[in-house]
Formats: sequence, structure tokens, C-alpha cells
Amino acid sequence: MKKSKLSLLLVLSLVLSMFLAACGGGDKNEGKEKGNKKANTEEQLADKQELNVLESAEIPTMDSVMNQDVLGATMFNAVNEGLYRLDPDQKVIPGVAEGMPEYNADKTVLTIKLKKDTKWSNGDPVTAHDFVFAWQRAIDPKTASPYGPYFMMGKIKNATEIVNKKAKVEDLGIKAKDDYTLEISLATPIPYIESYLTYSLFYPQNKKYVEEQGKNYAKDADHLLYNGPFKMTKWKGPTATEWVLEKNEDYWDAKNVTLTKINFNVSKDPQASANAFTAGEADITPKLAQAAILSQFEGSDDLLRYLEPSNWWLKMNEKNKALKNENIRRAIALAVDKKALVDDVLANGSIVSDFIVPKGFTVDKNGKDFRDTTDSYLKTNKEEAKKYWEKGLKETGLKEVTLTYVGQDTDTAKTTDAFIKDQLEKTLPGMKINIESVPFKIRIAREDSEQYDLLMGGWGPDYQDPMTFMDLWVTGGGNNHMNYSNPEFDKLIDAANHELAKPGKEEERWKTLQKAEKIVLEEDAALAPLYQRSVNLLINPKVKGFAHHAFGPDYSYQWIKIVK
Amino acid sequence: MAKYIMKRIVYMIITLFIVASLTFFLMKLIPGSPFNNFEKLSEVQQNILLDKYGLKDPVPVQYFHYMVNMVKGDLGVSFQFDNTPVTELLVNRVGPSAQLGLQAMVVGAIIGIILGVLAALKQNTWIDYLCTFIAVVGKSIPSFIFAGLMQYYIAVKLGWLPVMLWRGPEYTILPTIALAMFPISIAARFMRTEMVEVLGSDYITLAKAKGASSFQISVKHALRNALIPVVTVLGPLAVSLMTGSLVIEQIFGVPGIGEQFVKSINVNDYPVIMGTNILFAVLFVIVTLIVDLLYGIIDPRIRISGGKS
Repeated sequence: MKKSKLSLLLVLSLVLSMFLAACGGGDKNEGKEKGNKKANTEEQLADKQELNVLESAEIPTMDSVMNQDVLGATMFNAVNEGLYRLDPDQKVIPGVAEGMPEYNADKTVLTIKLKKDTKWSNGDPVTAHDFVFAWQRAIDPKTASPYGPYFMMGKIKNATEIVNKKAKVEDLGIKAKDDYTLEISLATPIPYIESYLTYSLFYPQNKKYVEEQGKNYAKDADHLLYNGPFKMTKWKGPTATEWVLEKNEDYWDAKNVTLTKINFNVSKDPQASANAFTAGEADITPKLAQAAILSQFEGSDDLLRYLEPSNWWLKMNEKNKALKNENIRRAIALAVDKKALVDDVLANGSIVSDFIVPKGFTVDKNGKDFRDTTDSYLKTNKEEAKKYWEKGLKETGLKEVTLTYVGQDTDTAKTTDAFIKDQLEKTLPGMKINIESVPFKIRIAREDSEQYDLLMGGWGPDYQDPMTFMDLWVTGGGNNHMNYSNPEFDKLIDAANHELAKPGKEEERWKTLQKAEKIVLEEDAALAPLYQRSVNLLINPKVKGFAHHAFGPDYSYQWIKIVK
Repeated sequence: MAKYIMKRIVYMIITLFIVASLTFFLMKLIPGSPFNNFEKLSEVQQNILLDKYGLKDPVPVQYFHYMVNMVKGDLGVSFQFDNTPVTELLVNRVGPSAQLGLQAMVVGAIIGIILGVLAALKQNTWIDYLCTFIAVVGKSIPSFIFAGLMQYYIAVKLGWLPVMLWRGPEYTILPTIALAMFPISIAARFMRTEMVEVLGSDYITLAKAKGASSFQISVKHALRNALIPVVTVLGPLAVSLMTGSLVIEQIFGVPGIGEQFVKSINVNDYPVIMGTNILFAVLFVIVTLIVDLLYGIIDPRIRISGGKS
């Protein structure tokens, strides 16, 4: 009798928990109704222009020269300003610079005039010397900036020599001709130099202030100077989980900044972020990737979804005997149902990738997307995959192939990897995949040391040019790490980096890069592209003018308006 | 007593030294580099960075430097948070975690002990079953499920409490309850078992025979004697609660140390791994000492100074 009471209690609690779980799905319709109502109201500015934003991490540093983080870049883009910045359509527009640069004949020397009315938050004018100082500080080996040399070597004149101690810091290719004129000398013509200069590493720093503060510089919000649309009024340093930006009335374009205040808080749990959003405690959430959370908001106008230039692929290490065989590689690349992967497994708006250079990332002279003027390759085809598989097995004399597959240990990554294993093993008889799920850092270490057969990897751009995705695959390249080598490909990349980088060769350069992409995928099947990732985040529909970017900072807040 | 404590402190220092050494060498076995995007950098550049943080020296030399600095109170600077001294990071982050842990501990111990006592006194009645049920649920369902459910129903749906963040007392309520579930269940189960045993012992029968009231019996005689095992488990549990819970801190956006510790391991932030681990070890040995001293207060039969009894 007593036992049965207890079990009754247990059953009751189970029923209760099922009921609770079922309740969780009720949000969808609510969101829609809310959205429809909002769409009908007129767009008048709200009285309070204050924004609450959740970010998924702390700001590692507010010293623009030391930064290598996307969140950092986003903050610099808000509180500081370089020569140029990206507008909402990813076009380069002048910031501190007065207009676009003037070039010499071979496009290796840029002369840039600066605006005369831009100010630091301590009242000092922003001058050409501030740029020279920041750039020299970034390349100086004493500073040990992680990104300074990475961004300047081979691009800015003498940067490589300075790092290798063959030139002095003062020899760097940036000179102040007067207080408001900069002369930048490049090591080689760079077709994408204008968008390159929007990156926060190239921002100015006030020499007097930085030297005065010494070790305390960028320690917290009180030890920083601002020259951007906002000022940081609260930030206790890199471990702070909350910070506040307020409008900078001294910004040269302050009349076009409507927001008065942005409150940032760190929330690392995606479902909790979504909850805070639903409860009205946040206007913008961090990026959310989990299909389970996104499904709660599918179709709601709270959900902002856009493609980012982040391409994910299966790297095939040619150190492995089977993967050395082109037919086996091609079989693997064709065997995975990518459509099912993006629609059913990821279910976050990501798209099938049959390419290396992502969609919506770069445009040619006529404004046409790189992807729209070339083909796609290695489309899913299981029948063909089987044929190549048999051919490959015959050529290598193998009966079965067992491969080690290195993937990441997040939930999303694990389901993706399990799906790919299943697809490969079912389509290619005799294939055996052993998945090893490891943390991010270890995945990178395994890739670097080439200890894998298959590796799920991705790449995001460092600058706005197809080259950031294409030069990965040159023989012995620092990020190849799959022992791929094709001299013809190397030649094309070299040409695009040198002869074709000269003025007037833009069209030929573009064609060359497209040809190089075809070699890696269509001819060599060296890489199995899978999907291009989508960003998903929740944003209050009353927040208008939120701009997101394809490289450098994630977002711009300065054009945001909050409507009633 | 003083001699005993001195002896214990010497042991504590030895323990800490061993913990620090073990952590140091184990940590160096974690593959990967502490720098973001390290693989993108040129070799010259990599060397500059390694030099700056003293990572080019052989591991024993690094170990020696670290131990010398540690004795001086310098735990180094964090890699992930540019130039932030580890001590500063620990000081900033340990507060919320410790507060949350203490609150959860106090709430958990009180509720747990009450539940356990009730269950034992009303053995085999519905009160007993309810208390046992709560204990079983608290132990078997992970705290993040409670946290998630409470956040959704109490904060989002009902709007009674804030969803997340760390701005005042009302922000601590939900995480405290979520975190308290485990100590509640532990305390309740231990308390019930011990109470049942104590209540059946001869001296309780004697007290009853002498005509002591049942309140007097349960509080003065039974409870005090049954507390020993509870104190034993709650001590170390208090440390693990105070050093932060990764999931609870993440879900409620608490700027604590638990989340930071896990992250520092994932990104190979060596100085932070070391610093946090040493801090945990210090807390642990101190609490163990306190627990041992408490034994003597709760049960005078236990003589900690030894020998003289």
C-alpha cells in the first residue's frame, strides 16, 4: 500500500513534467500576434532612445592595437573611428578621413586628407600623428601586438622588415606630411586597401595620452579616449560583465546619432538570453545557433537572420593513403546530403555551400557578387559518389577505409558530425568513420599538427577580398594543413597577389581567383564544402537601423533609432 | 588546541604546494596555445608573444618562476583578459560566487535539516514520503533544469523576479534556490538516516523514560548527535558551492568564478587556471579545518587535541 502511494507520486510528477514541457511550445503564435500589431503602428521615435544589448562574452581589451577579438572590433567601431568605416551596405565611407584616398600611378602610395574638426574626448584634435603613432605601436616588436604584424606584414611598406629587425619602427610606411595629411606606402598594390583600413587595428591613438597613462592605458573606461559616435561611460576592465556607451556629442556626425545610451550585459547561456529577450529585459540578444531555441521564434519578426561570410567544410588530409586518392576524396565530397544538413540538422537558415568564397561577401567592379559570376562545384550526388568510391578503392587496392574525424564538442557540432558520419557510411560501403569530439582549441591544435583524416573546419574573412579564402590552399601555406598541393593553383594565387593586383587588372584578377577555386574543388576535389553559416539573433522590432557587417566589427549601433 | 591548529596549518601548506605543483604540470599537458589565432601568426611573431609571457623557457624553469612569484603573492597576468592581473580577476569574480554559494548553503542546510528531522520524526507517514521525494528530486534532477524551469515560469511567464543579471538582492533569489536544491537533498537524506538511528538508541529511550518532552528529546539529544555526518558532507559541499557553478552562473548571468574557471581551461589561460585552482585548494583546506574544529563543539566526545582524554 505504502509503496503504491510513492509510485503514484512519481507518476504524478512525471505527468506534471510532461505537461510543463508541452507548455514550452506556446510562444510561437504569441510572437506573431505581437509582431503584426507592431507593424501597423506608425514609425515615430520613442521618447527614450536607450538600448539594452546582451553579448556572449567580455571585452578582452579596449586597446585597439592589442585587440584580436570580434567583440572588441565592434566596440572600437562604436566608440572610436579610423580613416574609414563600413556603412550598412558594407560600402566604405569616410570616417576621420575627409574623402577617399588619392593614389600614385601604381597604387602603392595613398595620400589621405583628414577632417579638421574631429576631436578626442579630452578635447585634443585627432591628427595624422595619432595614426602614425598607433601604427608604429602596432608593429613595434616591443608591443607584442598579436594582430599588428599579421595585418601589416607584406602589406604596409617595411612592416616585414621591422618584425625581422631589419628596419626601424620609424621606417613603417606611414608618414604625417602635416597635421591633417597622411601618406601611406604599401609593400605591394592592395586592391582591397580601402575596406582594409576600416579595421580597428588601423585606428588612431593619442600619443600623449597613451604615453602618459603607460601601463594604465585601457585599464577601464576612465583610462581611454574616444573619438567615435559613442563614449564608454562604464567599463571596469576586461573582466567586466557589463558596460555602458553614451552618445558622444563631440562626434563630427553626432547629428545623425539618435541613440543616447546603450547598456551591455554578458549572457553566455543562449536559452537564458532568449528568455531575457522574451521578458523584455533585452532588445538585442547574442548570436543564437541552437535549432531548439530558434524554433521557438521561427517566423516571428523578432528573429533577425542573415548569411555571414563563414564557410564550413570537411578538410581531407592527404597524408592518409586513401585520401591521397582523388576519386575517394570526390566520393566523400559528393556523398553528404548537404540540403538535409542545412534544413533538418542545422535548421538555422544556413545554406548549402558548393564553393569556397562565400555568398554576399565580395563584389566585382560592376557590383556583382563573386558567386553570381562563376559556377558552383561538388554538388551532392550519391550515385556519382558511389561510382567514384568504387573507382578509388580499385585504384588504391583498399577494401575498406577507416577514417578519424575530428569535430568540435558543442551540441550543434556533435549532431552535425553524427549526421555526416551516417551519410558517409551509408553511401560509401566499406567506409568507417571514428568521430573524435574535442574542444575548439584542441581542434585547432589537431589541425595545425595535421593529426586527423577528416576535420570539420570553417573560415571567416580577415579582409574583404576573395583572397582571404583562396590563399589558404597554397602549397605549404600556414593554414593549408591538409597536404594539398597543386603548382598551377599556386601560380594563379601568386599572380593574383602580385601582377594582377596592379591597377587596371581587376577583372582578370577576379577571373583568376574564380579559376583557382575551380581547381581546388572541381579538378582536385581537395576540400568538401558543406554549408555557409547564417547568423540568428533576436532583436526588438522597435529597433530600426541596426547594421551588421561582413568583416571586422559585427555590428554598427550608430544608425539605430528606436520607434514607438 | 593551538598546537593542533599549528600542525594542521603546516599540513595545509604542504597540501597546497603539492596541489599547485600537480596543477602546473597537468596544465602544461593540455594541447593548444593560450593565444587566439596563434596559428595565423608568423614564426617571428609567435616567438615575440611566447617571449613576452615567458612561455619559451623549459617547463621546469617556468615552474620555478611561477612558484617563486606565487610565494610573493604574484599570480601573473591573464592571457584572455589583456594584462589583467589574476589576483584582480579572482577578487572581482569570487564575490558573487561566494555570496551565491553561501546563500545556497544556508538555505539548503536549514531546509534540508528541517526536512530530514521531520521525515525521521514522522517516519513512514506521508510527511516522510514527501520529504524523501523532495530529496530524491533534488538529488537526481540537475540544477540547470530547475534553473531553466524557474527562469522560464517564475521570471518570464509570471514576471515575479528578474530573468537574469546581477544587480541586487532580488537578482540572487532564483540562482540561490536553483543552487540550494542539491544541499537540501543531501542534508535531508543524511539527517533522516542519522535521526532514525539516533532516535532508536538507548539514551533516547532513557531520556523518554525520564519524562523529557518530545521537543527536548528531538532538539537537545537527537538533533545534536545526528548533526556530525551532516557537517562532514556539508563542509566540502560549501566549498564547491562557493567556488561557483558553471551552469547556474551562465543561466542567470552571474559574473562569478565558476564559468571563468571552465573557460580558462578551454582557452589555455595558464595563469588563471593556476590561480583559480590554488584559490579552490586554499578554501578547501580551510573549510576542512573548520569542519574538524566543529566536530569538537558539536560532540564533546571528539577530542581534537588528542592524547589528554
